[in-house]
Amino acid sequence: MVGKIHSVFSGGTVDGPGIRFVVFMQGCPLRCKYCHNPDSWLMKDGEERTVYDLTQEIIRYKNYYGEKGGLTVSGGEPLLQIDFVTELLKSVKGYGINTAVDTSGYTFNSNDEECVKKHEELDKFVDLYLLDIKHIDSDKHKVLTGVDNANTLAYAKWLSDRGKRIWIRHVLVPGYTDDEESLAKLSNFIKTINVEKIEVLPYHTMGEVKYEKLGIEYSLKGVNPPSKDSVLRAKQILGVIK
Amino acid sequence: MKQYKGWEGFIPGKWSNDEINVRDFIQRNYTPYEGDDAFLAPATDATKKLWEMVMELSKKERDNGGVLDADTSVVSTLTSHAPGYIDKNLEKIVGFQTDAPLKRSLQPFGGIKMASEALSMYGYEIDPKVKEIFTKYRKTHNDGVFDAYTPEMRAARSSHILTGLPDTYGRGRIIGDYRRVALYGIDYLIKKKEEDKAIICGEMTPDKIRDREEISEQIKALKGLKEMAKSYGFDISEPATTAQEAIQALYFGYLGAVKDQNGAAMSIGRNSTFLDVYIERDIKKGILTESEAQELMDHFIMKLRMVRFMRIQSYNELFSGDPTWVTEVIGGMGVDGRTLVTKNSFRVLHTLVNLGSAPEPNLTVLWSKYLPKNFKNFCAKISIKTSSIQYESDDLMRPEMGDDYSIACCVSCMKTGKDMQFFGARANLAKCLLYAINGGKDELMKDKVTGKPMQVGPKYQAITSDDALDFNEVMDKFDDMMTWLAGVYVNALNLIHYMHDKYAYEAIEMALHDSHVRRFFATGIAGLSCVADSLSAIKYAKVYPIRSEDGIVTDFRIEGDFPKYGNNDDRVDSLAVDLVKTFMNKIRTHYTYRESVPTMSILTITSNVVYGKKTGNTPDGRRAGEPLAPGANPMHGRDSHGALASLESVAKLPYEHSRDGISNTFSITPASLGKED
Repeated sequence: MVGKIHSVFSGGTVDGPGIRFVVFMQGCPLRCKYCHNPDSWLMKDGEERTVYDLTQEIIRYKNYYGEKGGLTVSGGEPLLQIDFVTELLKSVKGYGINTAVDTSGYTFNSNDEECVKKHEELDKFVDLYLLDIKHIDSDKHKVLTGVDNANTLAYAKWLSDRGKRIWIRHVLVPGYTDDEESLAKLSNFIKTINVEKIEVLPYHTMGEVKYEKLGIEYSLKGVNPPSKDSVLRAKQILGVIK
Repeated sequence: MKQYKGWEGFIPGKWSNDEINVRDFIQRNYTPYEGDDAFLAPATDATKKLWEMVMELSKKERDNGGVLDADTSVVSTLTSHAPGYIDKNLEKIVGFQTDAPLKRSLQPFGGIKMASEALSMYGYEIDPKVKEIFTKYRKTHNDGVFDAYTPEMRAARSSHILTGLPDTYGRGRIIGDYRRVALYGIDYLIKKKEEDKAIICGEMTPDKIRDREEISEQIKALKGLKEMAKSYGFDISEPATTAQEAIQALYFGYLGAVKDQNGAAMSIGRNSTFLDVYIERDIKKGILTESEAQELMDHFIMKLRMVRFMRIQSYNELFSGDPTWVTEVIGGMGVDGRTLVTKNSFRVLHTLVNLGSAPEPNLTVLWSKYLPKNFKNFCAKISIKTSSIQYESDDLMRPEMGDDYSIACCVSCMKTGKDMQFFGARANLAKCLLYAINGGKDELMKDKVTGKPMQVGPKYQAITSDDALDFNEVMDKFDDMMTWLAGVYVNALNLIHYMHDKYAYEAIEMALHDSHVRRFFATGIAGLSCVADSLSAIKYAKVYPIRSEDGIVTDFRIEGDFPKYGNNDDRVDSLAVDLVKTFMNKIRTHYTYRESVPTMSILTITSNVVYGKKTGNTPDGRRAGEPLAPGANPMHGRDSHGALASLESVAKLPYEHSRDGISNTFSITPASLGKED
């Protein structure tokens, strides 16, 4: 089976526990203003790789993964190519490698039986979900990403009900996601599901140069990374630290 | 066999039965430790006071332009200087190279020119009498080498295709088994050396004559060491009876070495677990507390941090600092499966907390996946706190070297007291590739007479076409040029080591080796990744030569992309692997001095910057003068597939063809290691 890959990275340490091999899938239905990989948006770009070929590359580093580390499939939105990702994880699982999926949950449509089935099939091979909740308020979510958050929140509940391991990731963007009210609301939502860990990711400007290269306007121009205090406060509100 | 007081309480064995066998002593007597770091003690008041004084001296040294004081008239020997102290009442371990802390000694046996230049660079003037003696009456290593050099060797030296030939200073890298001084005492060691000398008899071949003379020198040095210790008020003729005496005796052994030799790397060996046996014995007897044990180790390490040599400024530039490479290896696993980690492995690393972090001594943990988890955690903790620990793979070295080897310099392993090495220089393979293209002409250096590019290598047919370089043709020529380079390199070293033995023999260090020693002939290469990428460019892209007015190729135009070393891509990594194997095999074809075993290293850790300065534009797109990558590293910024891919490329290099070590300098920011502690 063939998938569209944006890039791969060996030795990632920030996308899930331990030392991980990260596969960035091509294509994304979201247009997050702060996205640092705008070159992963369009399905026409990227490189075609087979499940076999990628598996071979991933298992070369098996010695480094240890007990905690393994494979993280990220993107783009990896579940846009859910069939491929399922096959890839199934293949890698055969070598006893821990797996994680870093997703916005946008592809999950609970009313579409076939769609749910596909997510069920995928779920057999996922050890950990890194679920990105970009904004708890659906309207603001739309402003920030171009789409609403109904599927994301539904997916969070669905995974939680299935007893899966979930890490919630939330990017802190000054002026967009850092107000106390939204954070408190997000915290209340997270309390309703079973979450192993919450990660607050401070917005950074390192993606900006890519926009220039691609000739896309960068709408967060002039927005600075959040202050240390602001990150600390967000972590407190979300209960990451006391 | 005599029963020494110093051996009471130790389990006897081969080591105590009329032979010298430190490993056997350790194996029978040490206590592996699998616990955590909770037992460690903070610095004592005496340690803090002393260290404050040392910091003040270091500050003065810096303010004084890098040298605090230097001896200009007394030639350094084991017994040349009166005792020196920081504060005699506070120091638990004593001894300096000269009569005052941080005062540098005068060591002209390697070369009088270097010794006097180094002094004048820092505003001192050598005593004219010493200069006269070492010019008129006493020949130096340096004089010997230049008497014998061939014109070809001189040319290769000045074009820097061979860099760092130890022809003006001490070769270093020899590690005495300083533990022997503590365990056996000097008299026993002398007795053993006399026995060794007695059996070198019969037909007096040049080899036997030299061996007899060298052992005599060793015995004299042992006597000198005893006298030096005596001047500090210690009798080291018999085995040490306490931990303090053991550390002191061991340190005297090392101090003798650094009084005698200004070597490029003066490593100290593998001592902490050995010393743990003494510390454990004293603690059991109730005559030593944990705090006192830590104090002894702190004071010992403090002394190692104060080793200094008088060196010329360009030497310090080459190594980006004023390094001494006092490498001490720690931990590792025994061949019987027990860990060699002891409480004292923790104590020696804990000096980085008690005294603060420092590059010297070069504390090196022999890493094994079987090390106790608590020790691994402790190492990680100290690394995060101080960035001062070097790690090397015990699992890789142990099968060949056993469990009592030490590391000279950064990565070069030898069985302690059983192996020594003839080390020197690096062959710059990136330059060699350019010579292959230009028929032995240097791309940067001009002939002083004709003003044309200097003919350094043999006048082989250069590449004359201006078409894209043909991979097979370049490889063919490169192979020939490497054959030449290996030859001139090995023979220059043969000559250098002959002269070093003759004029600057390391008597005290060799006295602390077995008389029948295994010798390595340690060569090295620079520019591996630059050449691998260059060959890859020629093979997978199109590389057009650009010529200077003189007709030689001084630049390249690259069309298209090519695989780069450092991305776990076999297309180019295999080129690097082949290079290592090929060059090592060329080294192997040559006679090596004193039946030494040829080895090779890939470990230019800082000198890659200077090597790069002397190398023209290369076919991989690197500009003239830009640094080569350190050691076996990928070229800067070309490893784009993440850390593991980069490491895997390096890990493909065959250790059996680079037995002297492979280094990979790997920097990571804390943030890229994860988001939490």
